[in-house]
Amino acid sequence: MTGETCKTSRSSEDKIIEIDCLHKWFGDLHVLNGISLTVFRGERIVICGPSGSGKSTLIRCINRLEEHQKGRIMVDGIELTGNLKNIEKIREEVGMVFQHFNLFPHLTILENLALGPIWVRKVPKKEAEETAMYYLEKVHIAEQAKKHPGQLSGGQQQRVAIARSLCMKPKIMLFDEPTSALDPEMVKEVLDVMINLAEEGMTMIVVSHEMGFAKSVAHRVLFMDFGQIVEENTPQVFFDCPQHDRTKLFLSQILH
Amino acid sequence: MAKSGKNNIIQAEGLKAPVIRIGLLQWAKTNLFNGVLNSILTIVTLFLLYKVVPPFVRWAFIDSLWFSSAEQCRAGSGACWSIIPANIRFIIFGFYPHELHWRPLVAMIMLVGLLFYSKNRDHWSPSLGYIWIAGLLTMGILMRGGLFGLAPVESDKWGGLPLTLMLSFFGMFAAYPLGVLLALGRRSKMPAVKTICILYIELIRGVPLISLLFMSAVLFPLFFPEGLTVNKIIRAQAAIILFTAAYIAEVVRGGLQAITKGQYEAAESLGLNYVQKMRLIVLPQALKIVIPPTVGILISAFKDTSLVVIIALYDVLKTTKSALANPSWMGFSPEAYLFVALIYFVCCFSMSNYSRRLEKELHT
Ligand SMILES: Nc1ncnc2c1ncn2[C@@H]1O[C@H](COP(=O)(O)OP(=O)(O)OP(=O)(O)O)[C@@H](O)[C@H]1O
Ligand SMILES: [Mg+2]
Repeated sequence: MTGETCKTSRSSEDKIIEIDCLHKWFGDLHVLNGISLTVFRGERIVICGPSGSGKSTLIRCINRLEEHQKGRIMVDGIELTGNLKNIEKIREEVGMVFQHFNLFPHLTILENLALGPIWVRKVPKKEAEETAMYYLEKVHIAEQAKKHPGQLSGGQQQRVAIARSLCMKPKIMLFDEPTSALDPEMVKEVLDVMINLAEEGMTMIVVSHEMGFAKSVAHRVLFMDFGQIVEENTPQVFFDCPQHDRTKLFLSQILH
Repeated sequence: MAKSGKNNIIQAEGLKAPVIRIGLLQWAKTNLFNGVLNSILTIVTLFLLYKVVPPFVRWAFIDSLWFSSAEQCRAGSGACWSIIPANIRFIIFGFYPHELHWRPLVAMIMLVGLLFYSKNRDHWSPSLGYIWIAGLLTMGILMRGGLFGLAPVESDKWGGLPLTLMLSFFGMFAAYPLGVLLALGRRSKMPAVKTICILYIELIRGVPLISLLFMSAVLFPLFFPEGLTVNKIIRAQAAIILFTAAYIAEVVRGGLQAITKGQYEAAESLGLNYVQKMRLIVLPQALKIVIPPTVGILISAFKDTSLVVIIALYDVLKTTKSALANPSWMGFSPEAYLFVALIYFVCCFSMSNYSRRLEKELHT
């Protein structure tokens, strides 16, 4: 289940996330039921699965937006516990992109991007703004820097959100269904940005049902159901000859 | 964007202008006499206005006396505005020593000037904070004296408009941050903090300001050790601050509830700590939403300062009343009260005006 078997060649320093037998409950609801997962530096993982299977909860546990109750999570050598300092340290290193962008509507695009570096990384304002412009250019949106998020289209907002995370120079990027709130014609512009990011070697965990993206970018695809990782494979095997019945059923549903 | 919008408006006006000129009659027909009920209402209203306005104008402006003696006033039939110039210094400054009136006057002018200067958001900067501190210190010295060769004036002599302005100014500016803290506390995850804040807010909101003022005057001194007396003005000030803060807290809590979970999560996932998250992301949005109700509370706090009369402080309403107690001016209360009402109105109106402007400027 952990993927150790096929990755024996890698040393333990290459592990950037280690999740060991993770459990989480919302009240009586057992949302994560014994998840173990190791992610290596530079690895790209796509997680899919039916609604309510715990995909979001899993990646939100990685930067402690959700608190787990049992098991162990190590991120970049730091264990996630109630220790606030550690949590903030990990959040500096882990970028997160949300389904609904969650840009700060009272700030301009540029301010949205520069905020984290200035206040968390204590970068001088001017330098932070230069970095911000660099990433805005990278996501092809530099000319909107002075606007407010409300004036941008969904696709543009999501690209800004990605750039905002990148400004923190994170080691890991988490994506929670980054394209599922977008109109179809805007999906590609966001996926292109993510593919670029993948090509630069970013460690990425992406909750998504975009098959094309998973095929071209992922090293591993995980299928989750009822709080467990049911199947885990390379994209080729996963999509062409899935092993589990539940995976087959799920794939047949999303491919119609 | 803004420029083209403006052009559009100008064009639209250019198109509309002739339509408007078509006629007052047409306008009256569509707006005042469309239907039986509306026509009746219009006629009744016009009749009432006819009954009220001309006599009032006659009383207030035509038959009125502005700088006469009280005897001349009694002989005339119009308003006796003369009561105001004759008593203005007492109404405004109360029992402050007569020859030192320039000091509270300068202090008030400074306060109003600083407020006007601070209206402009371009002037908001750390140095404005220092200007305010220096300004408030100077005002304090002017009022109290005892330094730089200024004769000391005991605070029990303070009264009138300076007292009203002081109580409201500190009342608002201390109550606002306190209220914000209370609102944050009420949503805190720490049970002790949360309970204390809820208790405080609900207790204070459960009693009228008058009873708080009484308590501050009668009850608190009982708890203080013998010999230590806290100035009456400060006690009233504290009561006003504590009272207003509880109301602000509830309004701000409403604003905080309007901020989505996603905003908190985005802030947290960037690694911002609690204080940064609140200060940079949550409060700027939440406080902006609640500008109108907040200003409503500040305006009532301003007017409520007049309740300090019940602990024998002479605010501007009380000094006016005292001026009326002078036998020669007895009976001219409408004029005097209209004058005080005008003072209150100017202050409240500027506040609500400013809040509207601020809201527009912060609109994004
Ligand atoms: N804050 C919460 N409180 C209570 N229950 C929650 C909470 N968040 C999620 N859940 C429940 O936990 C389960 C897993 O939720 P999660 O959001 O992780 O699913 P998901 O796989 O991301 O689904 P989707 O594809 O719809 O986003 C769901 O049944 C959901 O109702
Ligand atoms: Mg989800």
